[in-house]
Amino acid sequence: MSAKGIEFRDVTIAYDRHPAVHHLSGSFPAGSLTAVAGPNGAGKSTLLKALMGELPLSGGVIDRGGLSARDFGYLPQAADIERRFPLTVADAVMLGAWRETGAFGGATRAAADRARQALSAVGMDGFERRHIGSLSAGQFQRVLFARLLMQDASVIVLDEPFTAIDARTTRDLLEIVQRWRRDGRTVIAVLHDFEQVRAHFPRTLLLAREAIEWGDTDSALSAANLLRARSMAESWDEEADPCDADDRRRA
Amino acid sequence: MTLYSLLIAPVVDYGFMRRALVASLALALGSGPIGVLLMLRRMSLVGDAMAHAVLPGAAIGFLIAGGLSLPIMGLGGLVAGLSVALLSGLVSRTTALNEDASFASLYLTSLALGVLIVSLRGSNIDLLHVLFGTILAIDSVALYLVAGIASLTVLTLAAVYRPLVAECFDPGFLRAVGGRGPLYHLLFMFLVVINLVAGFQALGTLMSVGMMMLPAAVAQLWARTLPAMFAIAVSTAIVSGYFGLIASFHLGFASGPTIILTASLIYVGSLLLAPSGALRRLFPRPHLAA
Repeated sequence: MSAKGIEFRDVTIAYDRHPAVHHLSGSFPAGSLTAVAGPNGAGKSTLLKALMGELPLSGGVIDRGGLSARDFGYLPQAADIERRFPLTVADAVMLGAWRETGAFGGATRAAADRARQALSAVGMDGFERRHIGSLSAGQFQRVLFARLLMQDASVIVLDEPFTAIDARTTRDLLEIVQRWRRDGRTVIAVLHDFEQVRAHFPRTLLLAREAIEWGDTDSALSAANLLRARSMAESWDEEADPCDADDRRRA
Repeated sequence: MTLYSLLIAPVVDYGFMRRALVASLALALGSGPIGVLLMLRRMSLVGDAMAHAVLPGAAIGFLIAGGLSLPIMGLGGLVAGLSVALLSGLVSRTTALNEDASFASLYLTSLALGVLIVSLRGSNIDLLHVLFGTILAIDSVALYLVAGIASLTVLTLAAVYRPLVAECFDPGFLRAVGGRGPLYHLLFMFLVVINLVAGFQALGTLMSVGMMMLPAAVAQLWARTLPAMFAIAVSTAIVSGYFGLIASFHLGFASGPTIILTASLIYVGSLLLAPSGALRRLFPRPHLAA
């Protein structure tokens, strides 16, 4: 669906001057299915937030290939969502019609029908009037996937979509991810489970603040690379010198 | 004493009671939903801080007008409240302080300044009026102001309902779809401030927030959807306004605190009786089959 891919050119994202993602270059080709994997603190969620334009870049460029914010469907981490907000399942899914309704427009009958179909596709028929606070973690994740289906985005960005989710739900939702890929959508997902990545994701960015490898999953997740990733994710060095990569490049 | 003379006659017989009643009904319409949203955004105490922040503006208005004048004091309160809201946002974005910490610092500064200004010129009676309100002295100008603010609040909430809900439920999603979350946050803070301003002639700067938070707490105990919460909060505020006024009339109590205490009674009753309240836990009912 998306004509061009998304390209990172020498991207650095820093908190308090310390890089969380350091000089990252590579691309998510259009229609590709890529896992972003790596140890805790590797910068995976930071990378997604920067891709979504939520964090400023300290250096480099992200070329989104002419896509605008509305072409992206984003699933934040569960912790960033207020589960206790008094919203029904139907209302939560209808937020996915934002591209048509915008902030103020009315919801059409067609959008409501699509919301019902989306709920049905994630196995949540009959839950429309349920309160989101009464759902299990797995059911709630299904609802968020239904919202993504509603959004009909050409690029889908998932931040830890299967963390603390039961095996059956994970399997069902992975099936939806595969369907997105068959539709030609670009899918980028932060994942922890390397077996899951090997089984379902053809491409992988193995991240440990820098790209250990960005390419085919089999090669990216080699034993040597995983060992490197583990050893590189050290904590911040308060005494670190300013990065001289820019100087070297200029020289 | 008949029921008529107890509940109806005071409003029929006295113009100041009618004006006070209309003012508290209008307040209820605006403040109820605002309180519910404040609570759901986990900003219950921010409303309280804002109420304190409004004081110096009202005090400066009091000095300029040379006495109690709701439009001028309201304008001052609006400027002061919005400044504190904007400054706290700015401080939390540019320094290591959280927004609630900067709110606390700024409202204390603001409150001290306000009390100082009033004490420079006014008497203690004036200070009491600013702090605790005089609903029985509401004139028609004040009434138009309160009704105008209530109308503006309800219409604005209806217009920005979806982005406000999205910003509260899933701010990352709103940013991702290009919704301007901070703009709606600011608009919401504006509504909070103007509703506090509307409340302070009737209830005083310190207690106007009571008309927001107590009905909101009651609503959260009884309802599980947002529209129902709005309805219950507004009803609670209306009932508190009416019975509070009537009680203060018969008992000779100050009207503002009586209205708020009536809301408190409903709150305490709800704590005991509501579906998620205390009695239901003490006397559990049998569970359902499905």
